[in-house]
Amino acid sequence: MATDKEIGIVSCGVYIPWHRVKREDIAKEWESFGGGEKAVAGHDEDSLTMAVEATRNCFRVTGFPLDLDGLYFCSTTPPYLEKQNAAIMAEVFELKQTTMTLDVAGSLRVGTQGLILAADAIRAGRAERIMVCAADKRMSLPNGANELAFGDAAAAFCLGRENVIAAIEGVFTTREEILSTWRSDRDRYVRSYEERFGLEMGYNRAVPGALDLALKKTGLAPGDIAKLVIYAANPRHLRGPAGKLGFDLKTQVQDGLFGSVGNTGAAQVPLSLIAALEQAKAGDRILVANYSDGCDVLLLKVTDHIKSFQEKTRTISYFLENKRYLPYVKYLRWRDILPTEPPLRVPPEKPSASALWRDNQSLALLGVKCQACGTIQYPRLRVCVECGAKDQMVPYRLADKVGRLVAFSHDNLSASLDKPTTIGVVDFKEGGRLMCDLTDRDPEEIKVDMPMEMTFRLLRFVGGIYDYWWKAKPVR
Amino acid sequence: MESIKDKVAIVGMGCTKFGENWEQDLYDLIVDAAYEAYEDAGVEPKDIQAAWFGTYFSGYTGQILSKALGLKYIPVTRVENMCATASDAFRNACYAVACGSYDIVLVVGAEKLKDFGTSGLPDNEVVMGIWTGSQQWTYRAETFTAPAHYALMATRYFNKYGIDPEEGKRLLGQIAVKNHYNGSLHPKAHFQKAIKLEDVLKAPIIAWPLGLFDCCGVSDGAAAAIICRGDMAKKFRPDPVYVKALQISVGPQEGYRSQKYDWDHVEETYQAGLAAYKEAGVTNPRKEISVAEVHDCFTITEMMIYEDLGFSPRGRAKEDIEAGTFTLQGEVPVNTDGGLKCFGHPIGASGLRMLYEVYYQLRGKAGPRQVKNPSLGLTQNLGGTPGAGTVSAIIVGN
Repeated sequence: MATDKEIGIVSCGVYIPWHRVKREDIAKEWESFGGGEKAVAGHDEDSLTMAVEATRNCFRVTGFPLDLDGLYFCSTTPPYLEKQNAAIMAEVFELKQTTMTLDVAGSLRVGTQGLILAADAIRAGRAERIMVCAADKRMSLPNGANELAFGDAAAAFCLGRENVIAAIEGVFTTREEILSTWRSDRDRYVRSYEERFGLEMGYNRAVPGALDLALKKTGLAPGDIAKLVIYAANPRHLRGPAGKLGFDLKTQVQDGLFGSVGNTGAAQVPLSLIAALEQAKAGDRILVANYSDGCDVLLLKVTDHIKSFQEKTRTISYFLENKRYLPYVKYLRWRDILPTEPPLRVPPEKPSASALWRDNQSLALLGVKCQACGTIQYPRLRVCVECGAKDQMVPYRLADKVGRLVAFSHDNLSASLDKPTTIGVVDFKEGGRLMCDLTDRDPEEIKVDMPMEMTFRLLRFVGGIYDYWWKAKPVR
Repeated sequence: MESIKDKVAIVGMGCTKFGENWEQDLYDLIVDAAYEAYEDAGVEPKDIQAAWFGTYFSGYTGQILSKALGLKYIPVTRVENMCATASDAFRNACYAVACGSYDIVLVVGAEKLKDFGTSGLPDNEVVMGIWTGSQQWTYRAETFTAPAHYALMATRYFNKYGIDPEEGKRLLGQIAVKNHYNGSLHPKAHFQKAIKLEDVLKAPIIAWPLGLFDCCGVSDGAAAAIICRGDMAKKFRPDPVYVKALQISVGPQEGYRSQKYDWDHVEETYQAGLAAYKEAGVTNPRKEISVAEVHDCFTITEMMIYEDLGFSPRGRAKEDIEAGTFTLQGEVPVNTDGGLKCFGHPIGASGLRMLYEVYYQLRGKAGPRQVKNPSLGLTQNLGGTPGAGTVSAIIVGN
């Protein structure tokens, strides 16, 4: 069994968005075929917001706040290319000044690359605990295989030495240079070369090669592995590596949620790994192979602490069960693939950097509590709305509180992509009131007094600036 | 603190046609309203000693008024207090006369909304030209529209008082029908046709449960008043209208921040009303107020106002709506000229347009809309949103 000195996964959490597009709804428009469904980010979601939600799920197990020495954001679709996305996440979680924020980008392997870097930092004694998030919201052109395949999701892992649920027993990586699926800085959409080449000369060599290396170095045989988690652009491809090394496709290879979520890019293997952990028993060995421009292989051993994770996490089943189907045309509109007539509303203004900087000091959804009378309130004004005391406020985090919906309206006049916009007033059970938009809801289901929870979303993108905040959604 | 009662009087008023005045710019509107007021009062532009100009979206600076009217080198103040702008401009003008600094002053409210080309009112961002999505300005959301903010009261009120949505929409619809009927009797109203309840109920939803006919439209317009000292008023006309109470209640957006506010009323209306009744010496509003012009930007707004101004008991506006209490023939006629809904809502002008109707009613000159033997009229002009309001209540009498 892993000792507390071994480095590993302390906790993890997934996030799968609420909306789905049925593959047949896409395929029928293009006289093609497609089964199952893919999870798609809302118009107000991106890799960063999904990573935040996955990280919050991770904190369900560890508790929050948690002292982190590092926060790594791993994605091929980071919102900012020159401005650190991890720095924004660190603000959301009020991490200490000396937390190392890092963006990892460039290939679908970034999730495991982030884990390896984190494990190295902990082993080197530079860090105790590091959060690694992987998220992707990849863009695909209509009438293509990628459009049918791609899904959006995020996963977060807290790495450390205490109470690990899965210890990292080995790390093996190989490199490779090949063009099979890629996106350049001038491209909006992911490109793919003819599949046979990338499969034969890339994937079917690199993955079995790296797995073989790992098995040899660790002296293990396929029979010693409870679950094999491998990246695959398409579940058919799994046969290659599994077959070559003698793993049983049905019992050993982890289902990558392709049929219900899709190929989630950087989040693909992290998500599959968490799926494996949700079913794992203490003592299980999990072998992870992530592929893209080379292969990362991680050997993990599940510990006794796995049960506590399984009990506290918001499971993949939770996300799979809670969903709503999005019409294909709306999906195209939400991703700005289909240009549409702009609404007859004044275009929004670009945020002021200085005003946004001040606002982002509350990005953790901070209100205040008046020390004179105890009233919790938002926003962080200096004079108490209840007792009038000045400068007696301490910050108070509302993000994880549950509230009820006092009043709402569905607004068809608003210029949102998700019309009608639902405006709501949320009263938190423990005090405080927030006026905000609602999201991830069917307007029909909204009723006064419904329980509400908060979720991190994108409010607007204007002038090249992403303006993030929180919205409320029904507790499911 | 002293009451304003009878210290100042209105001796002339003007009002343009409200509507889609494509051929008129802001200056045209100002000139039409002001010169009608001059003529009505029997004064010349040179008699005006100071002026107040109310507008919300249509410009900054009092210079707009002096340029339009050729006012040379007199004091001109630009006033803004969201949709209560015109009432607040009027209020400030009255105080300047009441304190003895001026004998005769002009107040004009004007708005040129149709140049924005938007569906519904433009957002604050247009006015300020900066990002107002910051939490220092408002709560943080994707977009903001007025109908949605007011609809919050509808969902809450219906839920609180056990009114099912269909019944609720019928109640609100009756307010729209009343106001369109009344407005069809005023030649200057934006909309000149009465409507049927079925039309209101079938109309597309703007912000649930408010439909197209539950929302006032976007209009251009201007209105003006000439104010003088109470003891001078009869020199100008035999039937001046005296100011009895001038109140405005501005809240700290408490409704947005405190769980105490239950979204079933507008606290600022209630407070302004209480203060105005006290100042004017009114003890039974339902009996003593002969006619009221209130801020029906949305039908739900008017419904809440009935309770907030003490015309209906809390939670029981429904009974009065159904009994026709607020129709032209009812006990307390409300919005006899069609209100914001039918007459129109050029924001900076509305408070003065409300006074224009009350001024005609009190002098027996309201024609087919005339109420019987009026003695006191009230205008209630609501700026902001439920939970974050600036509301004026003005009482005038003959």
